[in-house]
Amino acid sequence: MRITRYALPLVAALSLTACGINSVPTAEENAKAKWADVENQYQRRADLVPNLVSTVKAGAASEEKILTQVTEARAKATAINITTEDLSDPETFEKFSQAQNQLTQALGQLRTVVEAYPQLQSQQNFTTLMSQLEGTENRISVARRDYNEAVREYNTTIRTFPDSIGANLIHGAKPMVPFKATTAGAEEAPKVDFGQ
Amino acid sequence: MTRAPALAGGLKAWLGQWLAVTLLLVAAAHSAAFAQTFPKLTGRVVDNANLLDPAQEASLTAKLEALEKQSTRQLVVVTLPDLQGYEIEEYGYQLGRKWGIGQAEKGSLEKDNGALLIVAPNERKVRIEVGYGLEGVLTDALSSVIIQQDILPRFRDKDMPGGIAAGTDAIITQLTLPEEEARAYAAKVEEESRKADDGDGIGLFIFWLIIIFFFFVIPMIHAARSKGRPYRSSGIGGITTWGASSGSSWGGSSGSSWGGGGGFGGGGGSFGGGGSSGGW
Repeated sequence: MRITRYALPLVAALSLTACGINSVPTAEENAKAKWADVENQYQRRADLVPNLVSTVKAGAASEEKILTQVTEARAKATAINITTEDLSDPETFEKFSQAQNQLTQALGQLRTVVEAYPQLQSQQNFTTLMSQLEGTENRISVARRDYNEAVREYNTTIRTFPDSIGANLIHGAKPMVPFKATTAGAEEAPKVDFGQ
Repeated sequence: MTRAPALAGGLKAWLGQWLAVTLLLVAAAHSAAFAQTFPKLTGRVVDNANLLDPAQEASLTAKLEALEKQSTRQLVVVTLPDLQGYEIEEYGYQLGRKWGIGQAEKGSLEKDNGALLIVAPNERKVRIEVGYGLEGVLTDALSSVIIQQDILPRFRDKDMPGGIAAGTDAIITQLTLPEEEARAYAAKVEEESRKADDGDGIGLFIFWLIIIFFFFVIPMIHAARSKGRPYRSSGIGGITTWGASSGSSWGGSSGSSWGGGGGFGGGGGSFGGGGSSGGW
């Protein structure tokens, strides 16, 4: 009798913890925290862009087209606000991710274009901005990878036994959406042309 | 009566096998997840590409040790024979995380305050990888300036040890500055480049004079008065913006745990891709 009296709550507690009562929210919060990093880095990039655009405009005024593209892509990317609820909504997530990718591409083009302007390259102002932009892009890719890893862990937690019990019954957990490869065709192996 | 022990023995054997298989599976899963291999953290200078002679290595190690003793910040110089096909940016932050350079969360101590200077001579790439906690001090722009001005010119002249030493010195200089001053300098590098086109030399000169006066002279006087606490936030009116919280929070740090000079290990810090890279 005495043993059961003590053992019962213990067993109950153990079985509860094994059912994902704690592990599901833990994994979820972790993924959300990683998402906050991603958002921060994207925000940081968006903050850099106007400065970069005005600097390039001063040094390479004829590149109006690409500059407008960058500005527009930035406006689109910052217009999409995504809440942590949307992280399990593939459609909204895809929209956000695509808008950001477009800005990435536009900035990549801008970087190629300005290579033709040595006087711009020699400006400290410009090189500083470029190093900041590069650093931010790099942080974005690190943050994205960390987020994907956290999402993978969360999704595995809510789908596997025994955590799936608690995930479905108590938390009603939905899987989160990870980022896909950035550039179009990144999944395909590059074609090698041997000059024939 | 005779069957029971046999059964128990069989069960035991079965359990043992099962355990062994599970362990193997777990191990396999782990090695698959971390297929990327990293060099061993053998010291503060990990010269796997053999760019430094023992004397240079020893002098660098001494400097890096002094840096940690003074500030708890960890800087590791690493040269790599190859990057295993990874980008140096990708390799760098993972190496920093794997080694855990910088301090982990420990009370009020500065956290994730590690940095790496990575040189990959065969890929002709160099990178300053900055831990989360130092991103405000060793900014991307400043890292880039150090690479462009201190490291790459020497690398281009084939003076690898010289470039590494100059880069290390520049990073150490920045990391040993008191917090406010370091941040002011980092901001200055960015500000300066923004104004560089205007060419107002005299204004810059005066600005520097003021900076030197406020950040060097006054703290020196203070330090002379209260000996042995060079890191204490000096709290001069108007310039305490960052000092109030961050400066004082790690001012009281006592000697670090790896100061002894024997074995060296990372403190468990983490990295998020801060810093800058260059090629030559």
